[in-house]
Amino acid sequence: MATVIVVTSGKGGVGKTTTSASFATGLALRGFRTAVIDFDVGLRNLDLIMGCERRVVYDFINVINNEANLNQALIRDKRVENLYILPASQTRDKEALTKDGVEKILNELKQSFEYIVCDSPAGIERGALMALYYADEALVVTNPEVSSVRDSDRILGILASRSRRAEQGDAPVKEHLVLARYAPERANRGDMLTMQDVLEILGIPLLGVIPESQAVLQSSNAGVPVILEEGSDAGAAYGDLVDRFLGKDLPHRFIESQKKGFLKRLFGGS
Amino acid sequence: MGLFDYFRSPPSKSAALAKERLQIIVAHERGSRRSSPDYLPALKKELLEVVRKYVPIDQSQVKVHLDREGGYEILELNITLPDEEQRLGQPR
Repeated sequence: MATVIVVTSGKGGVGKTTTSASFATGLALRGFRTAVIDFDVGLRNLDLIMGCERRVVYDFINVINNEANLNQALIRDKRVENLYILPASQTRDKEALTKDGVEKILNELKQSFEYIVCDSPAGIERGALMALYYADEALVVTNPEVSSVRDSDRILGILASRSRRAEQGDAPVKEHLVLARYAPERANRGDMLTMQDVLEILGIPLLGVIPESQAVLQSSNAGVPVILEEGSDAGAAYGDLVDRFLGKDLPHRFIESQKKGFLKRLFGGS
Repeated sequence: MGLFDYFRSPPSKSAALAKERLQIIVAHERGSRRSSPDYLPALKKELLEVVRKYVPIDQSQVKVHLDREGGYEILELNITLPDEEQRLGQPR
């Protein structure tokens, strides 16, 4: 039975697409047939982050409108086996996303995939609502910053009231917190909400902490999901996150500040 | 953090302020999200029907209001009965 996972946040720019790309890649690397869908109609970006932007021919909306079939629109990842990308339309508006259309595609994907990752757009408009409607589980991406935490709480309310599981009275969508762009040094100094603060406010289980990292920008520059940069801190953090999602009990890393020597403290460098 | 920062007075703990503000706004927004459950209109309609079996009243004479206070929910019902004279004129 396939599992549908939405990657959502409410607020924009917190790391949804970065997380979707690395999470889907991680699942596929571990042998699961995985599809990742970009729901951001009009502002597609998952293709760029995954490095397949030049291979887009048909998109999600083409398939909903029967202008192409699913196999024509799905892009097979060149680096990782078992990984497919369904890009969003860049030209249509988001009204083209209908509940029936999305359901039809998800049902078809469920025939051949084990995990379907839905990369939500920011906001709480149609695209975001469609991305979460059919979800079985949700990765809520949050930055340790007031507006992001507030928006995440709002999205949690929507998951609990407007998802199909909520409407049909099924078991609720399983929620996971992904705390991204975390800087332990700043949290320790009292300049940033700590991991515990965010957990206390949102009250959902923590799946992973992704440290603020240069590797994220570098890998997006290159169109490589950061999880494939194995030596990097963010890549390792995403690796742990995927293993935890699949049931491994791993301690959280990147949550303590690095000890700095006297000279480094004196002359800077973070 | 450079040479200059090293001698600076300890920084303000702005994160504590952020947490406090968030706790207040999140609690407030969660409260208002749940303050008007969707069964209220149906409840009002059924109440109206029950009261009408005994006393002739109309829609505007029933007020239903739900309040949250701390951990409690208070359901307030306010039914205005018509004047005695009006009622005597009606068949029982």
